[in-house]
Amino acid sequence: MSAASSMADSEPLVRIRNLTRTYVRRRGPHRTRRVEALAGVDLDVPRGSIVALVGQSGSGKSTLARCLARLEKPTGGEIRFDGEDALALPPRRLRELRERVQLIFQDSAGALDPRFTAAQIVAEPLEILGRGGPGERRERTLALMESVGLAPDWAGRRPLDLSGGQRQRLAIARALAVEPRLLILDEAFTGLDASIQAQIASLLLALRREKGLTYLLISHDLALMSVLADEVAIMFEGRIVERGAAAGLFTHARHPHTRALVAAVPFLPEPDAAPASPP
Amino acid sequence: MRRLARRALEGVLVLLGVSVLSFVMAELAPGDYFAEMRLDPRVSEATLRALRVRHGLDRPLAERYVLWLGSLARGEIGYSFAYGSPVGPLLWPRVRNTLVLTATAVAAAWLLALPLGLWWATRRRPAERRALAAVTAVLLAVPDVVIALALLLVAVRTGWFPAGGMTSIAHEQMSRGARAWDVASHLALPAAALVLGILPVLVRHVRASVADVLEAPFVRAARGHGIPERRVLFRHVLPAAANPLVSLFGLSLAGLLSTSLLVEVVVSWPGLGPLLLEAILARDFYLVLGPVLVSTLLLAGGNLLADALLLAVDPRIRSDA
Amino acid sequence: MAGLLEVADLTVHYDGGASAPAVVVRDVSLEVASGEVVGLLGESGCGKSTLLLAILGLLPPPARIVHGSVRFRGRELVGLPEADLRSVRGAEIAVVFQDPALALNPVRRVGPQVAEVLAAHRAQSRRRCREDALAILAEVGLPEPARLYDAYPHELSGGQRQRAVIAQALACRPSLLLADEPTASLDSTTQAELRTLLRSLQARFDLAVLMASHDLGALAALASRVIVMYAGGLVEGGNPAQVFSDPLHPYTRGLARAYPRPATGRRPSLPLGGPIPGSPPDPARREPGCAFEPRCGDRRPVCRESAPAETRTADGRHVRCVLHGG
Repeated sequence: MSAASSMADSEPLVRIRNLTRTYVRRRGPHRTRRVEALAGVDLDVPRGSIVALVGQSGSGKSTLARCLARLEKPTGGEIRFDGEDALALPPRRLRELRERVQLIFQDSAGALDPRFTAAQIVAEPLEILGRGGPGERRERTLALMESVGLAPDWAGRRPLDLSGGQRQRLAIARALAVEPRLLILDEAFTGLDASIQAQIASLLLALRREKGLTYLLISHDLALMSVLADEVAIMFEGRIVERGAAAGLFTHARHPHTRALVAAVPFLPEPDAAPASPP
Repeated sequence: MRRLARRALEGVLVLLGVSVLSFVMAELAPGDYFAEMRLDPRVSEATLRALRVRHGLDRPLAERYVLWLGSLARGEIGYSFAYGSPVGPLLWPRVRNTLVLTATAVAAAWLLALPLGLWWATRRRPAERRALAAVTAVLLAVPDVVIALALLLVAVRTGWFPAGGMTSIAHEQMSRGARAWDVASHLALPAAALVLGILPVLVRHVRASVADVLEAPFVRAARGHGIPERRVLFRHVLPAAANPLVSLFGLSLAGLLSTSLLVEVVVSWPGLGPLLLEAILARDFYLVLGPVLVSTLLLAGGNLLADALLLAVDPRIRSDA
Repeated sequence: MAGLLEVADLTVHYDGGASAPAVVVRDVSLEVASGEVVGLLGESGCGKSTLLLAILGLLPPPARIVHGSVRFRGRELVGLPEADLRSVRGAEIAVVFQDPALALNPVRRVGPQVAEVLAAHRAQSRRRCREDALAILAEVGLPEPARLYDAYPHELSGGQRQRAVIAQALACRPSLLLADEPTASLDSTTQAELRTLLRSLQARFDLAVLMASHDLGALAALASRVIVMYAGGLVEGGNPAQVFSDPLHPYTRGLARAYPRPATGRRPSLPLGGPIPGSPPDPARREPGCAFEPRCGDRRPVCRESAPAETRTADGRHVRCVLHGG
């Protein structure tokens, strides 16, 4: 642990300033459409925290995720990851960045090659990075799968044999293979049943404790995000319009869009029965 | 629209490319039209050389090509050594005959493939599905030439159809209606050969495409609204399944055109096929070039047609354009 | 009082070829009264979608109804010839499915797809069908119905498409609407809008609704009665307040806990009664006994031996659990 890293501890893992991303579509000599997907976004993600980005489709949240993971190049602004400028990295450092930032998507059936087995999917990043020999990789693969709650006998199955929740676990296992610092989950809970969402959520919280991960969650589900995240930022039309601790947003929402999102959450009465005794 | 224009331009480029390739290949092939004459001891070397010079065969390849382009611009494809006449007039009647055959085959093949594929895709019982799969597999495995020959055999043995040619001997003396019937009955054999050759491919693709669409949520929804099954099939399923089939249509044009050249030779249908074969064997270069270029043109035109059809059929593609 | 829809002991098998068939829906009985909104709560794979399809006779082979009855206005639908079923579908019982991108035919315009439903059930002119279609498109809250009539589905947003699908379903003024996850895969504000729409349409047309969903919140907002389905069978029923704030069945309790409640900031992953461990049983391999037993925190030895019977409580709830006398 160097002196530099102890100073870096106070700096957020991700620092985004004034990020912009404009799409230009030329539909003819006189018809050019400009879409401002990101119109100046500022965001900090402290180390070890869970930050949620909540917005409707078209708000720019997925674009932000992709820029952060360097899948897209922003039009302007600054992204600093772990103290470095993430937008001006030489190719080798860029590859290292990609290891440290992993992305998990909504529909893992689309993100996982249907012809690979589960074990192959998890082992692929290890192979690409040349970490260890085949025996070591196999061991690590099984260990990773176990850490996400997938028993070894699922190793030979293909993604389409798995349920939605299991596929998400597989995607998480693959992401963990390269020992990332930051996990970006883009609508990773959407489409799953509530009890499966709860299972994945508790898995993520346990993993965070074990491995010291930082999460950026992206979703349109304000209710779920506010119980999971330390801080919630509301995105609307390419900008962050409000941010704060989760509980506060529900009681003291200021921006009209936040209020609309809060109003959209259906009210559910509290269960007040005594908790079940553990099995 | 712009996309179609671009495709048309690409077609022209393809034509030019094919012409260059033909020149080069002909140059690489040993001998030329006059090579045969060498075997005749009465013809001297000097005569051969003079003949070559007279027909411009002694000039370098590039020069011949440019000269040829020039004559093409004037509307002439070249000069046939064997027939001693310009290629154009020899070509057009043959083109017409090939078009008649190919167009009939394309129409018949698709008119059969669509209902067959649709029927196959909607069969529930595995036994029925397997039977159809077996029949198409067999047809697929038999080469087109063999199909043509087999049909020829049937025609000769049973006399149901004329075995070859396009017209009967007494064709000129027939009335208009009888003449049309005459051509049609001669058309039956080669068209049947072509259709049988390509039908298994088309039927399988139609089936696959329809089967895919049958799984789609909107089909289930349409049934849920009480829409009669026939309407669901024809107004919902087929139009939605059309996209890959339209592309296949373009490909089928290409396939049928090339196969027709072969079948024409087998049954002596007076189209481009026999002309091309004869010209190749005789090294009658410009006569070879003619059918090759016309075929390429027909192919490019067919694909353009398929592209236009696709734009018409699938609104999603229109929005992208 | 006879209900509008009465389902009794409905069982659906899914034939898997050589092996024993999977029991996807097991002895389900339920009732929907005129104008009532009933929520069918269940997670993926519990059989709720199959149940809705079975009611309408839309089960794709190899699924089939093995026994049971479905009565609509007293008339038995199981075994009815296809032509008669078709006249019921769309005109008296309508169905709305989840909206993936393909709920509407992508190569045809939206308006004619609505008009087509009218034409299938009413003997009226094309022009009249078009007028009625425009009217229903306006009623479901679509702006500029005339312009949307001629639009293609991919030109509409997800919420607009779902409204168009609802318009299709309600075009012929059915008395019962079956809805399978109608608001899933939509943005939260769009979901809220659609819930409001369903509520107003339901009131306006005196529509009975049987809505299947895994989203407790959506059901709580819309339904006056909720039944809970697990592994093909019904495990609990009552009104939303009862079922969600005082769940009787351990599964319902687990579901209710898993639902995020931001007002209290309670995380769904509390060690106390945390997420329900494990996953639902494989329908092809069913043991005797309660289906939920392997995952149940309150299980008893008897739970593995025999499935509990249904019991009713004093305040009109019913439940299938040994804890409550089953």
